[in-house]
Amino acid sequence: MTNATSSKGTSPDTGLGYEDLPRLITLMTGDEKHSFSATSTLDVLWVLYSRVLKIDPNNPEDPARDRFLLSKGHGPMAYYAVLAARGFIPVETLPTFAQYDSILGKHPDGQLIPGVEIGSGSLGHGLPIATGVANGLRARGSASQVFCLVGDAESGEGSGFEAIAMAGRLKLSNLTAIVIDNKSDSNGWPGGISSRFAVEGWSTSDVDGRDQGAIHEALVIPHSDRPHVVVASVEPKA
Amino acid sequence: MPTMRERFIAVTSDLLDSDPNIALILADIGVGQFKETGVVDRHPGRVVNMGIREQLLISFAAGMAKEGFRPIVHSYAPFLTERPWEQIKLDFAHQGVSGILVSIGATFDEADWGRTHQAPEDVPLIATLPDWRIHVPGHPDEVEAQLRAAASDDSNVYIRMSTATNEQAHLTGGPGFSTIRTGSGDAPTVIVVGPMLDVVTRATADLDVTVLYVNTIRPFDSETLRSVLQAPEVVLVEPYLEGTSTAEVSLALQATPHRVLSLGTSRRENRHYGTGAEHFAAHGLDEAGIRASITEFVAQRVAV
Repeated sequence: MTNATSSKGTSPDTGLGYEDLPRLITLMTGDEKHSFSATSTLDVLWVLYSRVLKIDPNNPEDPARDRFLLSKGHGPMAYYAVLAARGFIPVETLPTFAQYDSILGKHPDGQLIPGVEIGSGSLGHGLPIATGVANGLRARGSASQVFCLVGDAESGEGSGFEAIAMAGRLKLSNLTAIVIDNKSDSNGWPGGISSRFAVEGWSTSDVDGRDQGAIHEALVIPHSDRPHVVVASVEPKA
Repeated sequence: MPTMRERFIAVTSDLLDSDPNIALILADIGVGQFKETGVVDRHPGRVVNMGIREQLLISFAAGMAKEGFRPIVHSYAPFLTERPWEQIKLDFAHQGVSGILVSIGATFDEADWGRTHQAPEDVPLIATLPDWRIHVPGHPDEVEAQLRAAASDDSNVYIRMSTATNEQAHLTGGPGFSTIRTGSGDAPTVIVVGPMLDVVTRATADLDVTVLYVNTIRPFDSETLRSVLQAPEVVLVEPYLEGTSTAEVSLALQATPHRVLSLGTSRRENRHYGTGAEHFAAHGLDEAGIRASITEFVAQRVAV
């Protein structure tokens, strides 16, 4: 089990770092242009995989690992690039993106990719599953933490609100949600997204989704008696 | 006789007490009964009430299953199977985990509550998914056998309980069809599902038919059907949407020219309250209706 990185933030397993991610993404997209849906998650994913998650690419099924559930499965290229940089999948798989026999589709499939906890694509499934995972881990007395990344538009799904309420009531302190807010919800969130979590008893952090230091600080804030949400704001979706 | 649901509550409580991997996830329905058996207090981490949150009900159970628990998920049929349909489709088999769904409120069990509490579409809906075992028990003893078997394996299982029961249990010791009656060489084979057995037995008392009893409708026991079939004629009597298993019969008999009569509930909106018996009669699924349909089906037989 390792979450160590070198001073440059490169992975000890592959020698690849944050500065390699655009090139890795290009292996999938075929050109220098990629949509914000691919990159809005990039900094949060990098902080999670390089500094927060206790996971091991050489033992991705370790029962003691932290769980990361990507609920916002749309635009997964940044996720795949981070998985490759961290050694969960070979860089050589990236150019197979979306091909018939590829393990890498336009939405991820947890049954195909090592270290990927769930398949996602249909919005509003990840946080409800994560709530059950967190409760299951707590019932087992596990020290593992559960992280779930959702989008601000995805937050319109009622199923997510069912999970927000229940996780708050169950005081699932081993659960952290991350909302990538790129202002893509068509009807907006007056008062901010974090207020929806706060009213259900979560602790909240609002951070700049491009400030890796601030993201890291928010992700490791102690929350021993309640779940925690980090709302990471990035530039609005074009 | 205790009801199917009373047996379910007793057996589930026993499983929770004896197996630390069993979990019970509820959405208010049934919470009071499980409080009485004490499991809500004894196993707070494994018995969890979602409140009225049925999408979460399924996904939360799937999350527990990802951590090695065998979740039993219980609610009223339409709210267990239809409202969270996409969660059932995606959060169990697609995520590589499984669970046991156990419903009450089958078809017209609570007819006077209206259309919102009638779900004759639950079985065909679940049957669209790969590798689900679908039980339609006809007796509390069958519920117990099916639930205990489900608790000890890792399949996706749907157990559809009903307030309607047969006088006697038919424990087959497995998921196969069992032969209740064997007719002459000209007899059609009547496949009767779950709680329909007693009424079909009365309806066909003096008809020349072979009767197969089924309390596991998926997987469909094609082998037994082919082995008992005499005349190449099959009558399906299902206490839910008509035609639910017609394609399974056609597949089982694809090498044989055959005829099929599919009895079940029709698709029309039937805006009435009253009793389940009145509703089954309105869909031709009472004793007289079943008898008339089978008699007409046999009379349609064309001499070759």
